[in-house]
Amino acid sequence: MHHVVLERWSRGASPIHRRDPRAKLAALLVFLVVLATAHRSLPALALALFVLLSAALLWARLPLMGALTRACIVLPFTLVFAAAAWLSGDAARGLALLLKSYLSALAVLLVVSTTALPVLLRGLEMTGAPRFLLMVAQFLYRYLFVISEEGQHMRKAAVSRGASVGGMVGNGARFRAAAGALAVLFARSYGRAGDIHRAMLARGFLGHFQPLFVLRFQTRDAAFAVLASLAPVLLRAAVERAL
Amino acid sequence: MPSSVTPLSNVTPPSNATRPSNVTPPLIDVRDLRFQYEDGTAALQGITFRLEAGETVALLGANGSGKTTFVLHLNGLLSGKGRVEVCGLAVEPRNLAAIRRKIGLVFQDSESQLFMPTVLEDVAFGPLNHGLSPHDAIHRATAALERVGMSAAADKAPYHLSAGEKKRVAIAGILAMDPEILILDEPTTFLDPIGQRALAELLANLPQAKILVTHDIPFARAICTRAVFFQNGTIAAAGSVEELVTRFGWDFALEPAKSKP
Repeated sequence: MHHVVLERWSRGASPIHRRDPRAKLAALLVFLVVLATAHRSLPALALALFVLLSAALLWARLPLMGALTRACIVLPFTLVFAAAAWLSGDAARGLALLLKSYLSALAVLLVVSTTALPVLLRGLEMTGAPRFLLMVAQFLYRYLFVISEEGQHMRKAAVSRGASVGGMVGNGARFRAAAGALAVLFARSYGRAGDIHRAMLARGFLGHFQPLFVLRFQTRDAAFAVLASLAPVLLRAAVERAL
Repeated sequence: MPSSVTPLSNVTPPSNATRPSNVTPPLIDVRDLRFQYEDGTAALQGITFRLEAGETVALLGANGSGKTTFVLHLNGLLSGKGRVEVCGLAVEPRNLAAIRRKIGLVFQDSESQLFMPTVLEDVAFGPLNHGLSPHDAIHRATAALERVGMSAAADKAPYHLSAGEKKRVAIAGILAMDPEILILDEPTTFLDPIGQRALAELLANLPQAKILVTHDIPFARAICTRAVFFQNGTIAAAGSVEELVTRFGWDFALEPAKSKP
């Protein structure tokens, strides 16, 4: 089975991967605040922050182009609002929206690509995030795999019986078949999700996941948190002073 | 599992030796159990069944005869009409936590049983839920993975494993819980012949009472002390595996395949 790329990336062994999730979350929070509150010299600051994130991606030994491309996932949503701002005569606001949303997505991607999900959730839990919300996130993550796996099974079965996925546009029968397959996919995934829940209950699941590991916040985690938080602050100060 | 294994035919069913336990027999006592699915299918129509300590019982029968539905009642995943007791505890909501400590259930589809990000975390899931410390849970999980020959996969994501490896990890997840009773639903599915023999040896040497839902007749004969035959939601007969497969015309499954001229 193929698996989500981020899950594979998060199992790396770089210095950033080894840092405590709370240190990374603190740095991420500072980065997002610095970015969100920036108004002056935004294109130059955005370029500087982009270089900073790219350097961090390389330090984390993640594929740079792959990460930069994946962060574009937010653009279809923000493009709509950016276009509306541009059409209303405020092109600068539209550009700011695009830059901020892309860089925010890239920063979040950097954190989730360098922290295994259970560790990240554990870190969030220890910082006081609601446990119920975290459990929903964990189930969502697992069930994404379920849908992905069921979809791949169905695709193999369809292709092995001569189906082709291309040419749906203008072909009503093929479109209806695809729509039906999608409905079956969700029905099958729902059934599988029920099986998984039963298997969890059978092994004593009582409503929350027990942690297998204990997080220890070390001196180097604190140093990382301070330096990684200072970097965007100093960059912003330098850019605003220079321009 | 280790590759140096004896032929399946040389695996001997366990004796009735029991492991130390303060639980008095029978371990499972089911009386007149009836269950109907929401679509109206009467899956169980008056099942009466007992499992004594040290026994290994095969549940035989055609697809859809009610075997899996029956075992899902034993730890309260399904609830029908009738009396079900496990180790003296009635299977009802207030006892479910205790009962699920006593029964380890390996599901037919091991894909459904593996949901944690790594193999080690998945195998440790049950022990953690049962109150073990992380250190002890890791120790249990590591030992269970060793028993099924999957130690090398401890840090892998379960999605990366082959079907046979997933089955072995699913079994390890149950062994790590150290239950009083093991229930295995089609345990040999996806296992290659070497894996099947190794599993038979492993099960034969485990002290727990076991229930095996299986269509694998040689496997059942190798490790089961007795069998019951399900038919249309009822237990149609009980006896040895040989007696039942002969009586119901399944004895061809015991014969070696003959090549055509």
